[in-house]
Amino acid sequence: MAVNYDNVKIHASHLHKCFGKLEVLKDISTDIYEGEVVVVLGPSGCGKSTFLRCINRLEDITGGEMVVDGNHMDDKKIDINKARENIGMVFQHFNLFNNLNVIDNLTLAPIQVKKMKKDEACKLAMSMLKKVGLEEKAEAFPSQLSGGQKQRVAIARALCMNPDIMLFDEPTSALDPEMVGEVLNVMKQLAADGMTMVVVTHEIGFAREVADRVLFFADGYIGEEGTPQEVIYNPKTERAKDFFNKVL
Amino acid sequence: MIKIITDYGGMLFSALGQTLIMALCSLLFACMIGLIFGILSVLKNKPCNAVYRIFVDVVRGVPMIVLAFFVYFGVPMAVNNMFSNAHFTLTALQAGIVCLSLNCGAYMAEIIRAGIQSVDIGQMEACRSLGMTYGQAMRKVVLPQAIKTMIPIIINQFIITLKDTSILSVIGFPELVNTTKNVISVSMDSFGGWACAGIMYLVVITILSYIAKFIERRMNRGR
Repeated sequence: MAVNYDNVKIHASHLHKCFGKLEVLKDISTDIYEGEVVVVLGPSGCGKSTFLRCINRLEDITGGEMVVDGNHMDDKKIDINKARENIGMVFQHFNLFNNLNVIDNLTLAPIQVKKMKKDEACKLAMSMLKKVGLEEKAEAFPSQLSGGQKQRVAIARALCMNPDIMLFDEPTSALDPEMVGEVLNVMKQLAADGMTMVVVTHEIGFAREVADRVLFFADGYIGEEGTPQEVIYNPKTERAKDFFNKVL
Repeated sequence: MIKIITDYGGMLFSALGQTLIMALCSLLFACMIGLIFGILSVLKNKPCNAVYRIFVDVVRGVPMIVLAFFVYFGVPMAVNNMFSNAHFTLTALQAGIVCLSLNCGAYMAEIIRAGIQSVDIGQMEACRSLGMTYGQAMRKVVLPQAIKTMIPIIINQFIITLKDTSILSVIGFPELVNTTKNVISVSMDSFGGWACAGIMYLVVITILSYIAKFIERRMNRGR
């Protein structure tokens, strides 16, 4: 999982985001490189998820700059749908399409957005389901799956668009403890395959094992950043020390 | 009462048919009106929301009987006054369908808005994150789920619309109430006439509510 430091995938500079009077992101600047796995940690309400949602403009930023794969996401004139094709996202609550079965969940976007033929899309979908180990669930509806299975299907659905970047918004927070492992394993596999990943999570173990870099968010700023070793075991700021004391 | 059925049964049944035709046509148009305004209401666009708000407030704020007189008598008169050589008229059926569609459409818009808003926002976000447009997300994911919760309420609205056709007897449309009045004026049997009409409404509406329950159960059983 070599990181290509010549190729910046996500460039955020002086990012600012407020909801009305509430300032969530105050000044966030960071570059994320091709093939890098960045894990975002921090206490609740510190803007981790908001930062992630600014990357594919599910939230409009209120200041600064966000460039993803050369697309200025804050520019109203760009084709946002085109830009989003390249950025997969996995949500805390899975957000599988409840009216469609698993295979249709996976093929919907390739057929609608990439105008792929149905049988071609099905073939692609099956290969992605195989990757997450759920081929036998192709015909099942989301309500018939366990949480872990739902999340793996959601990952497969995002992968069907063949994205360069994957965003994970607390992918294991809504899962029963026994199901966390199966989802993390799929994510580890993805990381090993060289996917550029930004992961918001509370799984310190995952960060320690897989992350190339950890961002510690606090109060709308990046409080600390560095390798998992540096940030998790030798935090410099009081805020980070306090946080890791509580979670470790 | 038996005499009413043997002597005037055919008339009453054809009147019931007229009632159903008017209700069905109106419901069809009301669905279209409701869908258009329902979508206007959920768009993140202030002017669209305002158009929706005004439409719903105006239509709901005017009694249907006033709307019926206005459409049947008022509108053709205004048109003919404006263009001196026009001979614009509406049949009672046309005017009736217009007002029922508007009236039912306003309620339908509210039903559809509520239905769309009942679908978790995450469904839309997931679509958009995959590069789908707002329209694609609506058509393929949000509306199909919204419709499921809406169908029983829409059938309920249909029952209300069916009953509201009786108001249109005031513009002379030969629906069930109007025809019953005529039958009674000839037969002089008020009790039998109104009992017949009541039972006819009751049967149709009971059947409809059972269909509604059936569909509701079917939908809850699947997924």
